[in-house]
Amino acid sequence: MKADDLPSRDEVYDLLTSVKDPEIPVLNVVDMGIIRDVAIDSSGVVVTITPTYSGCPAMDVIGVNIRTVLHRRFGDAVTIKQVLSPAWTTDWLTADAREKLRLYGIAPPEEGSHNKSLLFAEPRVIACPRCASKNTRLVSEFGSTACKAHYVCNSCSEPFDYFKCI
Amino acid sequence: MEQQNDKFEYLLRLGDNALILGQRLGEWCGHGPILEEDIALTNLSLDLIGQARSILTYAGEIEGKGRDEDRLAFFRDTQQFKNVLLVEQPNGHFGDTIARQFFYDHFSWLLYDALQASNDAHLAAIAVKSLKEVTYHRRHSSEWIIRLGDGTSESHAKIQQSIHDLWVFTGELFTADDLDQRAAASGYGAALEPIASYWKQNVAGVLAQAGLTLPEPGWMQSGGKRGLHSEHLGFILAEMQHVPRMYPDAKW
Repeated sequence: MKADDLPSRDEVYDLLTSVKDPEIPVLNVVDMGIIRDVAIDSSGVVVTITPTYSGCPAMDVIGVNIRTVLHRRFGDAVTIKQVLSPAWTTDWLTADAREKLRLYGIAPPEEGSHNKSLLFAEPRVIACPRCASKNTRLVSEFGSTACKAHYVCNSCSEPFDYFKCI
Repeated sequence: MEQQNDKFEYLLRLGDNALILGQRLGEWCGHGPILEEDIALTNLSLDLIGQARSILTYAGEIEGKGRDEDRLAFFRDTQQFKNVLLVEQPNGHFGDTIARQFFYDHFSWLLYDALQASNDAHLAAIAVKSLKEVTYHRRHSSEWIIRLGDGTSESHAKIQQSIHDLWVFTGELFTADDLDQRAAASGYGAALEPIASYWKQNVAGVLAQAGLTLPEPGWMQSGGKRGLHSEHLGFILAEMQHVPRMYPDAKW
């Protein structure tokens, strides 16, 4: 890239907001807090991402999709780096992302990671994303994807996903 | 150089534990006793295989011979695998799987907790990340131990038998051989004695809550860390490796 033609970080972030999570298509990778850094210099654009869960199968697809979107604008001068530290936490989901999740029917994670050293933590109150009732129960801590738990609402009887807090 | 070899071997132990247990749990896919558990067991599998990928990729980098995660997972033979014997034990019935998972989850939680302080920043980062996942695993298996132990007389008898049958494989988790000791002394590995004592305390606590009996201390089986495995591992590898070995370097 020519030095006088360098894109701004905002421009790169704008492009990145068009890359959706393939398993939760209402969220983009910026909402998810997956993008840890964007660096731009004359040799190209370096995007640093971090995985949500170690085994999340969406990560490979997300990497390919980021590359595809940036390739259209910057050609081959795109590098995607993956880092593990600091470890991804649901605290990085933006407020906007939480609202998008709720409207999509997924209860957003509680803010503030809970104490992970406790073996049996106090049961958490998760509001139903459909009727907002707090009278819900956990069916299983493992749901349709690595990041979700399975709940059911006692008030409206709807089953729903809860985005686990990690 | 020697330290590099040590670290490679140490990482293989960690990575192979996660890989082989992940593969074992994957066998439950479509066979879980209830839909939620089918999903739960395969979710655990996914997390473990993800952890194995991170660790084996790093092991390959430390070794410096150009082997990546796939090369290490699919092109090593039985004796080159360094997982503990516990993780290669057959799934058996659901209680057997839960007992194996319960022993392993309590161990790996404590191990990753300790490895967060590793002086190897990359290993520490893997530990921090994995600990978040294992926290869910440990709660899942512990809750099932209590549910089964405190359930019907049949579930109680079966899970007590599973605990008893697998007990002989738990000693190896905590027996620090020369490599474990050098890894701990160098600061990248974890000391196993404190882990052993916390493990026993935590496991005993859950078993007591479940109304189950902690087995008596006795002779323990070992060998996996040195590559001496039960016959089961060969069958696991045959299933896991046959496609990549039949079509090496296949891409799709």
